[in-house]
Amino acid sequence: MKVKVLFFANLRERVGQAVEVVDIPDSASTVAGLRLHLMKRGGAWQEVLSDMKVVRVAVNHDMAAANAPLNPGDEIAFFPPVTGG
Amino acid sequence: MKIAVQSDDFDVSTEIIEISGNPRIGAVASFVGIVRDVPMTLEHYPGMTENAITKIVEEARTRWQVLDLAVIHRFGELQPGDQIVLVAIASAHRADAFAACQFIMDYLKTQAPFWKKEHHPDGARWVNALESDDEAAARWRGIKQQQRLVQK
Repeated sequence: MKVKVLFFANLRERVGQAVEVVDIPDSASTVAGLRLHLMKRGGAWQEVLSDMKVVRVAVNHDMAAANAPLNPGDEIAFFPPVTGG
Repeated sequence: MKIAVQSDDFDVSTEIIEISGNPRIGAVASFVGIVRDVPMTLEHYPGMTENAITKIVEEARTRWQVLDLAVIHRFGELQPGDQIVLVAIASAHRADAFAACQFIMDYLKTQAPFWKKEHHPDGARWVNALESDDEAAARWRGIKQQQRLVQK
């Protein structure tokens, strides 16, 4: 199934892109599954997603945990802890 | 009630006048965040940002009397001295206005998807999140439990 994946701030700079449509196997249809799928690409992907203490995830604009399920067309964003205000 | 995420600057007195019209209002508390020391770029997540701020505001309204409010957060290129964020709360009395204002700022710092990149003379770097910000937001969870006990 296809989902839209976004990266922000230093994660966006390190993987070199802001947005991508990713086709993931149905067996990987959670946040954790998507993360492992992307880490298999190696390089910056592996590096950026290896330490989830410094990565936050949102599914369809809401903060989400690793076990959050994914559905076709979902928008998943990976970003560092926020620093606004 | 106004929630805005914008690149443009804002005028504090105009925003305060806008939320002070209700004759039940006896107090307005406001906070303005300002860029310190170095220029910065503020990135955000369009769509989620407004959603996150709305949720924080809704939570504040369950805890305190909020008769009107304005939350404005800027993004884009900002210079030292520029205004970044405004939180202004109108209520009948000052205690609710002060508390709701501080609560919303503490939660914005940890929940709203903004990221600061500072432009130092020796290069640009992303600002790291502070543990003290997480602690400031976490403090309110304990206060919520106390509020529930008092209501019982």
